Amino acid sequence: MRSKAFGERASWPLKTAALGALLFLHTPIVIIILYAFTTDDRTFRFPPPGLTTQWFETAIASRPDFWAALGLSLQVAVLATLAALVLGTLIAAAMYRTKFFGREAISLIVVLPIALPGIVSGIALRSAIGFMEIPFSFFTIIVGHATFCIVVVYNNVIARLRRTSPSLAEASMDLGATTFQTFRYIMLPSIATAVLAGALLAFALSFDEIIVTTFTAGQQQTLPIWIFSQLSRPRQRPVTNVAAVFVILLTAIPIILAARLTRRAGGDAPG
Amino acid sequence: MTEFAVELRDVVKEFADPGKAGELVAAVNHVTLQIKDGEFFSLLGPSGCGKTTSLRMIAGFELPTSGEVLIHGQSMGKTPPYQRPVNTVFQNYALFPHMTIGENVAFGLQMKGVPKAEIEPRVKEALEMVRLPGYEKRKPRQLSGGQQQRVALARALVNRPEVLLLDEPLGALDLKLRKEMQLELKTLQREVGITFIYVTHDQEEALTMSDRIAVFNAGRIEQVGTPADIYEYPATEFVAGFVGVSNLIRGEAARQITGTAADFTIRPEKISLQEAGAPVADGRCTIGGTIHDVVYLGAHTRYLIDLDGGGELVVVQQNLETTSMDVRAARGRKVQLVWERGHNRLVARSG
Amino acid sequence: MAAQTIPLPPPSLARRLSTFFYRRPRLSLFATLALPLFWLVIVYLGALLALVIQSFYRVEGFTGQVVREFTLGNYQQLLEPANIDIILRTSLMAALVTLAAVPLAYPLAYYMARYASPRMKTILYVAILLPLWSSYLVRVYAWKLILAREGIIGWAAEQLGLSGVLDGFLAIPGIGGPSLALSNFGVFIAFVYVWLPYLILPIQAALERVPKSLLDASSDLGAKPNTTFRTVIWPLAFPGVVAGSIFTFSLTLGDFVVPTVLGNSQFFIGQAVLTLQGTSGNLPLAAALTVVPMMIMGLYLTAAKRLGAFDAL
Repeated sequence: MRSKAFGERASWPLKTAALGALLFLHTPIVIIILYAFTTDDRTFRFPPPGLTTQWFETAIASRPDFWAALGLSLQVAVLATLAALVLGTLIAAAMYRTKFFGREAISLIVVLPIALPGIVSGIALRSAIGFMEIPFSFFTIIVGHATFCIVVVYNNVIARLRRTSPSLAEASMDLGATTFQTFRYIMLPSIATAVLAGALLAFALSFDEIIVTTFTAGQQQTLPIWIFSQLSRPRQRPVTNVAAVFVILLTAIPIILAARLTRRAGGDAPG
Repeated sequence: MTEFAVELRDVVKEFADPGKAGELVAAVNHVTLQIKDGEFFSLLGPSGCGKTTSLRMIAGFELPTSGEVLIHGQSMGKTPPYQRPVNTVFQNYALFPHMTIGENVAFGLQMKGVPKAEIEPRVKEALEMVRLPGYEKRKPRQLSGGQQQRVALARALVNRPEVLLLDEPLGALDLKLRKEMQLELKTLQREVGITFIYVTHDQEEALTMSDRIAVFNAGRIEQVGTPADIYEYPATEFVAGFVGVSNLIRGEAARQITGTAADFTIRPEKISLQEAGAPVADGRCTIGGTIHDVVYLGAHTRYLIDLDGGGELVVVQQNLETTSMDVRAARGRKVQLVWERGHNRLVARSG
Repeated sequence: MAAQTIPLPPPSLARRLSTFFYRRPRLSLFATLALPLFWLVIVYLGALLALVIQSFYRVEGFTGQVVREFTLGNYQQLLEPANIDIILRTSLMAALVTLAAVPLAYPLAYYMARYASPRMKTILYVAILLPLWSSYLVRVYAWKLILAREGIIGWAAEQLGLSGVLDGFLAIPGIGGPSLALSNFGVFIAFVYVWLPYLILPIQAALERVPKSLLDASSDLGAKPNTTFRTVIWPLAFPGVVAGSIFTFSLTLGDFVVPTVLGNSQFFIGQAVLTLQGTSGNLPLAAALTVVPMMIMGLYLTAAKRLGAFDAL
């Protein structure tokens, strides 16, 4: 419902409120970055008494626990994303056109891992792990992550599939391409950017997740778990902020990429 | 002629009824059709009448619930579209947006494994045939609707199908462009020489382009014939009303005019208007009425006449001498409608 | 043009497989869904089942081992005042957070839907998604910095001479605490902050679906902008608000991070569950407690479905 006719402009109270919300969203992040440079390593004093980059060096050079956590988070995110990609795309392909018995139920199940509060998914998986007496490990974490990442991929892919005209696949088969060839030459290019966007979002989601991970990780520490454990320890406070800056970068970049991909391909479908 | 280009034998297609769960509705209800080689054959009817479904069954996008689809004598059975010797031109063109025009047109050849050296000249030839030479490198979104439609044509024809199926291809174009394309398509068909099966809801379009027409209604065919046959000798009330204006006269009014109570239709251009009370020659039908409304259409004028005995008739007259000025004065005048008895057409009620 | 149809390529395995599946649409569907369904149903739904079953077991007092005997003891324990307290506190917080987030989210969503150019819209999308994904933990932590006694808010209050007001505020029981960074109010602010993007986007999507022609018709019939908003826009975009509220409510209900980082010692459901399954070693009770937010969300989702939120997602 866009209103650009006759030079219609937003009223300034609206603009102020919108801007206010945006500032509210972003200022805390700026603060975090600021505090990664403070010289005060005990308190959260404002304004910071001095600025330094020493904590970056400390984090990089002398905190192996930080690196271990970062590495684990990356591995988990990559594998969980791959699993979610395959599963999410398959579901989207099945659901986007054919009406079949149980379609609504599947729609619900896909959303459930993210719609139910994290502790529910967490305790559920924990109980299941307990029952089956599987040891906590790398794989228990990935299973948890992949499950709630599926919906992110699914949403992206199915939105794109719904925007693709069904006659494209029909035209392809009419011209002599089998279903596999149609998928490869026609469908795949049209959903490629959506799949990629979904993958990026899933990566960011997994990288950042703490609640379900806490319940499925046992002794291992992903980066968020590590940060959480650091919050109650006053030792070298700004290093936590440095870790935070790393996390911000590692999640911000995929998001920006994902947004540009979805937008660019969005204007690409005539007829 | 030993075999037809396309044949439908007692074809039925049922779908799940969207309104009533668990029930089926027949979109195509026992349709039998024979289409000759080299014909421009139209499937005509209102939306939902089964014409598009029938076309899709020939193409292979739908499989019949029962009955057979044959192409040049071969029963298609459950053959998928990519194994059938037909190609389709879609209403929304369905050009692949991520490929250039050249790649689009070459797609069918590529899928069938035609060597690259051969593909290029064939694509060039196809684009020239639809009067878009040199467009290979452009993308679909850079083209207008009419141009996209021609690319879709080229993409289909380059594969040299035995039959070309067209699903309301001109529906998205504006009137003037549509009329141009109608003539182009007809010329193209004569040049290429293959059978065209054309789906449309526009009866004027069907009359203009076709060698023969099949008129569909609610899943059944009501009449098959040449444009002249269908217009001059409509078999049913529906055909009479769908193709042109029908001017249906029933029961008592019919008895008054012709002496028998059989339903008949009379085309509006066959009726002439005389002064009320003027003498009527033998062998002609006549009835009196009052001009209720007049519409001036430039080349001709359309009159809506309230008949004396009740009912209405539409009369169309060429404006040989009348002008819009005379037209306004005509409202409310009493007239005598006169036409040749031989122009009456008896019609069956529609099933 | 010579009219010779091109011969079909020879029937390779791929072609035959393709035709096999094409003729059997239901088998194709099943083949596509088999793997993901297996995962979701067996793994996830199975885990949920495990949770429910777990909630009916109990722990052996001494060994701390789970005894697999059916008992309702955990649910009885939930009815104790301390636990009821926790449940009510969490539910109230979830409701307040949701209610407070709507007026904050709406203007931005409205601006995006109605006035932003396509380019500006992408920029705003990124601007909203960025905080969402740039580490939830970090964003919560940021408020610890901001709300700390010696942090920005404290500093600003001092500069403006409002320290007294701040202290008075902190003294209010139930809301205040030793400092803003250790108070229910801090928890409240942080919750609103972290879930805000989840609310903005569905509202924006719902607003975009309101056809401009309706707004034109409304003003054409004489309605002032406020009236048009109240009678046309708000009701039509409401499903989007409900859809977004599912997130804010659900996420608040189950969270343990924010209360741990910013709360005082009053427990929320998430923290209780965490300690129960961890150090206290009473997994069955933790499971029983977890069933509570499940039920609450079940009711919430049913209500949301009635209000059309699922079509808005």
